[in-house]
Amino acid sequence: MAFDHDTVRRTAHLARIALPQTEIPAVADQLERIMGLVEELRAIETTGVPTMAHPLDLDQPLRPDTVGNHDQREVLMASAPAAEHGLFLVPKVIE
Amino acid sequence: MELHEFSLRELRQGLQERDFSSVELTTTLLKRISALNPALNAFVTVTESKALAAAATADARRAAGEDGPLLGIPMAHKDIFCTAGVRTTCGSKMLEHFVAPYNATVVERLAVEGMVMLGKLNMDEFAMGSSNETSYFGPVRNPWHTDMVPGGSSGGSAAAVAAGLIPVATGTDTGGSIRQPAALCGITGIKPTYGRVSRYGMIAFASSLDQGGPMARNAEDCALMLNVMAAHDPRDSTSHPAAASDFLRGLDRPLQGLRVGVPEEFFGAGLDPEVAAAVQAGIAELARQGAAVQSIRLPNNPHAVSTYYVLAPAEASSNLARFDGVRYTHRAANPADLTDLYQQSRYEGFGAEVRRRLLVGTYVLSAGYYDAYYRKAQQVRSLIREDFRRAFAEVDVIVGPTTPTPAFPLGAKNADPVAMYLADIYTIAVNLAGIPALSVPCGFTAAGLPIGMQLMGDYFADDLLLNVAHRYQQETQWHRARPPLQAREA
Repeated sequence: MAFDHDTVRRTAHLARIALPQTEIPAVADQLERIMGLVEELRAIETTGVPTMAHPLDLDQPLRPDTVGNHDQREVLMASAPAAEHGLFLVPKVIE
Repeated sequence: MELHEFSLRELRQGLQERDFSSVELTTTLLKRISALNPALNAFVTVTESKALAAAATADARRAAGEDGPLLGIPMAHKDIFCTAGVRTTCGSKMLEHFVAPYNATVVERLAVEGMVMLGKLNMDEFAMGSSNETSYFGPVRNPWHTDMVPGGSSGGSAAAVAAGLIPVATGTDTGGSIRQPAALCGITGIKPTYGRVSRYGMIAFASSLDQGGPMARNAEDCALMLNVMAAHDPRDSTSHPAAASDFLRGLDRPLQGLRVGVPEEFFGAGLDPEVAAAVQAGIAELARQGAAVQSIRLPNNPHAVSTYYVLAPAEASSNLARFDGVRYTHRAANPADLTDLYQQSRYEGFGAEVRRRLLVGTYVLSAGYYDAYYRKAQQVRSLIREDFRRAFAEVDVIVGPTTPTPAFPLGAKNADPVAMYLADIYTIAVNLAGIPALSVPCGFTAAGLPIGMQLMGDYFADDLLLNVAHRYQQETQWHRARPPLQAREA
């Protein structure tokens, strides 16, 4: 089975989602169903088929390297859940 | 006919002839919203005082001699479009209190034309859902039958337009999120060609699939909206240089000689017989107007759902990494350390379906699985696009059902995520290819639920789709039917 509980825990850690222990069996079951749906792709013959990342064959456009935005520090900081002196607050990282 | 049933053209005429002012029109619809929204839950936020001020400004512009097809006309935005000064939740606890410091390009463009925003519309959380049940703000109910879902993810937009709370709304479509709710609520909605409508300020789900578009009660109203919404935007690097067009110009062209393709894959097992019959009758009407109908094949269409459920979650897992509990989102209380702050905030801020898709996306991109899933799905995406290329060498428009079934009861598909994903079986391939597609009402089930017919076109054939839908609506009445709602006047 692709989704043993360790795989779920590892994936949740990579996605930075704190999945409680009690939810892991149900999530494993749902992910198993979803990956079961996706599994049929493996059987499709795709030798030599190019990958498609994007619908339009456009080159990445470039724009002049000039300042367009003006200082919006206060309005941007207004939505911060915790801020002080114009800085975002987070738990201490370096002991 | 009452004011809340008017088309955009009729509203403009009424404003021009001073039958009513924008303030009167706005007041009427705000009253209707307060009477009917408690039962429908289509609006997350109603911006009453801002709306009345915008309406007064529109009336002043008109009094000064200005005119325009959208000047003074009320509307509302799906709550995925950023609006300066009005919160933008994306249907999520994560963004419950988020107020964007800027307007999305779509919001800006419609405001400049003098449209009056009445509020923000409910949606599946981060546009991930097909029933509007994943919203943190509760499910939207279908105006035709309030025990039924309205479809999703633009379910609030579809329900509000169908119920006559607003004449038009914006929506977004990543795998069917405009067309599927349009079909289930009996309205008209178009997902434009990828690159037509700017994604600037539209909260990203899967960037290579997301596209904004209008939802309205007829094709002409969609065309009027798209005339303003579609434009090249230097702030969106995927905006097409030829995005703008006049979608009204060809609206009346007769259908004589139109080549219509009907894909066999859209009429197989799983299609509700009442839906099949209504869509077949719709195709017969196109033939009656002179279209040449032929059967075609889209052999890779059956792989669209599985391809999508690799690529869309993969893109989402990257896009939604920005919601970290630090800068502008929900933040968990008392985290042990920085990693715990991220992990707890994301667990608490995202609902179960969003978390599920982020896990799928993270998994398919993780070391050892990338080639087996992500790269493979990108190759199948090419095959799906090739199917359409081949088909459009022979036909101008592809026609089939928008959805396999009419609206289903709330809660019916919540136990199994895969059952819900299959609600989009006919809409997803269009997003993978990036082509335009539209849903028009084409009938009702015996139980009185609307049925939608889907028209798909080649790249930049949005105008042709609107033309076909408009001609269809000149000869049919399905789009004129209104749900049997009793407004409890406030």
